[in-house]
Amino acid sequence: MCTLEKRGDFFILTLTGENDDHRLSPTLIAAVLSALREAKSQATRGSVLITTSQGKFFSNGFDLGWARSAATPSDAFLRLHQMVESFRPIVAELISLPMPTVAVVQGHAAAAGFGLALSHDYVFMRSDRGVLYMSEVDLGLPFPDYFSVLFRAKLGSIAARRDVLLRGTKVRGAEAVKLGIVDGAYDGEEKVKGAGMQLAEKLASRKWNGEIYKEIRKSLYPELCAILGLEVDKPALSKL
Amino acid sequence: MCTLEQRSNLFILTLTGNNQHRLSPTLIAAILSALRQVKSVATSGSVLITNSKGKFFSNGLDRCRVKALSRLSQMVESLRHVVAELVSFPIPTISVVQGHAAAAGFVLALSHDYMLMREDRGVLYMSEIDLGGCLPDYFTVLFRAKIGSGLARRDVVLGGRKVRGREAVEMGIVDGVWGGEERLGEAAVELAERLGARKWDGEVYQKMREGLYPELCVVLGAVTGRIQAKL
Repeated sequence: MCTLEKRGDFFILTLTGENDDHRLSPTLIAAVLSALREAKSQATRGSVLITTSQGKFFSNGFDLGWARSAATPSDAFLRLHQMVESFRPIVAELISLPMPTVAVVQGHAAAAGFGLALSHDYVFMRSDRGVLYMSEVDLGLPFPDYFSVLFRAKLGSIAARRDVLLRGTKVRGAEAVKLGIVDGAYDGEEKVKGAGMQLAEKLASRKWNGEIYKEIRKSLYPELCAILGLEVDKPALSKL
Repeated sequence: MCTLEQRSNLFILTLTGNNQHRLSPTLIAAILSALRQVKSVATSGSVLITNSKGKFFSNGLDRCRVKALSRLSQMVESLRHVVAELVSFPIPTISVVQGHAAAAGFVLALSHDYMLMREDRGVLYMSEIDLGGCLPDYFTVLFRAKIGSGLARRDVVLGGRKVRGREAVEMGIVDGVWGGEERLGEAAVELAERLGARKWDGEVYQKMREGLYPELCVVLGAVTGRIQAKL
């Protein structure tokens, strides 16, 4: 499902299974949440989280197959709702993690999978493979409230938001950089992972105070914090 | 005033007549009626194209007919319904700006999901600052919702800049420009066909757009209730 590895200052969260499309099922959601809380409990100055995956997909979104296999349509809807609600704390955890976060998107990231990547401070993806895709408009699924807010918070370009959310455009690496969705796109899995590690090292070397980092990040996204039920603390008096 | 034509899955709303397609009470009512008609027959895969002919897309509200300020605010209020209709439309919308679009005419064009313009003719112009008139609330919210660049918004709304095609693309106001009315028209139909081919669910599309422009929907009173996902 997922592993959490500590490598010096870094916490490396990997969605596992080469042949998996890493669908955010209740089990994987619980595993990721648990891993994030574990990383948070061990955080020190200079910690950095890197989230990545294996194979063709970063994550293909919620496990709609599981939802549809329910006994009745209304049970199917309840299953989807369950995943939507249990994924919300993951976004909340990432937005309030007391360390910088980097998503290394080595494959396709669709729907909630795209949301997972976007919940990180920095996003790198491959330029030779993989797309970012909000499939909901094509699947005829309305967005959970916090998805719209997340995309409004993280995608600065109004045209990009329209193309991604309203047009369901499948965005490749180079385009994603141009639209300001990702921070960089690299050719090949090794290069994108290398870029992720390199950035993580630079961020770690700043040895930021995790609590301050968290509060500053939250203050950047007040609407997102509000919808996730995260209180934005009054700024702590700096120690001058 | 305006005509409505259906060409397979495309609905083409055309502003007609001589008065620079100024948005008079009659034209506003005609547009609203046409939009409601489209909404009643549109299906998944339908697309709306709004266009005009000649030198002007629309030169704004029909101020000449207005003797009292109350009449002006009446037109502003009835245009609000048109913008609300467009912003909550259950199908993709494209405005084809083949000529000048000023003030409320610019607003009408901007209320669509995609905006295409001529490269070689016509300007977008918010004339209010030059005319010494304030902007209605929903005009300002529309500009904040649709134009991402703070500098572009300042230039257009506060600077009264007359923006030509190429510039409008650079400023992120329009999606593309084409030389000549015919090529522009063809580009619009091509885009409409691509969008129509996705066969989006109308309720979901409407809700998505609302998620993109929440402040605008609130100010227009165009907020819809929760819709249930159909798996």
